[in-house]
Amino acid sequence: MESPIETEKPKNTTIINLGPTHPATHGIFQNIIELDGEKIVHAEPTVGYIHRAFEKLAEHRPFYQITPITDRLNYCSAPINNIGWHLTVEKLLGLKTPKRVDYMRVIIMELARIADHIICNSIIGVDTGAFTGFLYVFQWREHIYEIYEEICGGRLTTNIGRIGGFERDFTEVAIQKIHKLLKEFPKTLDEFEKLFNRNRIFMDRTIGAGSISAERALNYGFTGPNLRAAGVDYDVRAMNPYSSYQDFNFEIPIGTNGDCYDRFMVRNEEMKQSLRIIQQAMDNLPEGSYHVDVPDIYLPPKEEVYNNMEALIYHFKIIMGEIPVPVGEVYQCVEGGNGEVGYYLISDGGRTPYRLHFRRPCFIYYQAYPEMVKGALLSDAVVTMSSMNLIAGEMDA
Amino acid sequence: MPAIPTEIIEEKLKARFPESILQSVMHDIHTLVVDKNKILEIIKYLYEEETLGFRFLTTLCGLHFPKQTGAEIGAMYQLHNLETNTRIRLKAFMPVEKPEIDSVTPVFSSANWQERETYDFFGIIFKGHPNLKRILNLDTMEVFPLRKEYPLQENTRKDKDDKWFGR
Repeated sequence: MESPIETEKPKNTTIINLGPTHPATHGIFQNIIELDGEKIVHAEPTVGYIHRAFEKLAEHRPFYQITPITDRLNYCSAPINNIGWHLTVEKLLGLKTPKRVDYMRVIIMELARIADHIICNSIIGVDTGAFTGFLYVFQWREHIYEIYEEICGGRLTTNIGRIGGFERDFTEVAIQKIHKLLKEFPKTLDEFEKLFNRNRIFMDRTIGAGSISAERALNYGFTGPNLRAAGVDYDVRAMNPYSSYQDFNFEIPIGTNGDCYDRFMVRNEEMKQSLRIIQQAMDNLPEGSYHVDVPDIYLPPKEEVYNNMEALIYHFKIIMGEIPVPVGEVYQCVEGGNGEVGYYLISDGGRTPYRLHFRRPCFIYYQAYPEMVKGALLSDAVVTMSSMNLIAGEMDA
Repeated sequence: MPAIPTEIIEEKLKARFPESILQSVMHDIHTLVVDKNKILEIIKYLYEEETLGFRFLTTLCGLHFPKQTGAEIGAMYQLHNLETNTRIRLKAFMPVEKPEIDSVTPVFSSANWQERETYDFFGIIFKGHPNLKRILNLDTMEVFPLRKEYPLQENTRKDKDDKWFGR
């Protein structure tokens, strides 16, 4: 009879499943990890658990109905995706938005970036065993969600704005809340940084964990804070300015090692730069209209729809998706919370896109994960995963 | 550094691959339609040539134009030169009966999952890909759902009875 206790094995490795739903994965990610003791020999990620066929759906919807789909890509920074999509359609239509719209969009996008980085950075803290920082900054995420709510009514999936502008101007409450954030959030951020930046335990856990060289990061298609942490200063806001980003002064923080600590630090610094941009935009917010004045594309006010035949016709046509769209092909990219979010749109002049492809940054850079954790400890793999700012919704489309 | 002028890119490519550059148009970004048999060589050339240096693969996706007989399925590659901020888009078309093209994974590691995704949705076989299997859909799926003939409400499922809802 064979002994139940195996004493000798030619290859003594263990295979474990990290995920699909595991508290350390923050979403539905599965990693089949082969361990030698506590060292990772090989990791194989599986994605696609929440695939919702967005590209196919988009081929059957009018342009304005695609905005709610983009919410559900990166749901931690939904407004950036919404506005990116509006910019794509505006590029196709050749619309020029008023300066006020551009500045309002910049404010909202930077708020969304702060909300995104708050989540990512505080979750790195949670995964390294420091829960406090998470609670310190999360009240400000809630505050940002209140600002969204004041502007568009939504919180997580915002569906913010319209093609050509916004539904309504910033209210007085929204402006007050933004000022409050500008005044008080830096203090919380300082506290947060004091907890982490020079914390011995945190530094030991993150420095050198999950590092990647600039060359490999570029080859793997990294964008956003992850690429900048590796030392490449590529930022869409600076390189291909959209929505009047050229009007603002800001710096692009970069790291050197491309490890978890650098990614954390780059995000913290980016939050400060975002605050700087919001401050400038609030100070110089131009007067003017909060939408384009193109009746073919932008919905007329409701009172006019009820009292004016022409407005009723436009309202009906726009809601049915009958807007004058040219035949064309455009690519528009914006700097999302975790990288370059791109929209590749082919239009055949119909009421729906002929083909729409989303460039989803974390889908592209997550494939570097096996290389980044090879030879590391299992606990490093968890920190690496949370520091990459992976959003399951974006990855699986 | 200023962007590389489109004429120079085109000139260089035409000198190196005289018969493989089929079409060159401006669709927001400089777009080149190229021979699908030469795609890997062209991308390698764009990557390695000192003055071009397209070393970043922004995105890669599939296309389907059922009316283009003999060239129904397409693959789109978008490259970026980060030093001069020049973008370029390459397209290669192939017949729907034999949708095969060389994989660009030897040049770009980031093409790995993107090519798997394109295979998953359009059925393009990337020759030389290290692990060409479905990524977002079920492994048992037999159709390629982003092709135009595939309806949004698909008919292969038996567990849905929508007749009471007017569908």
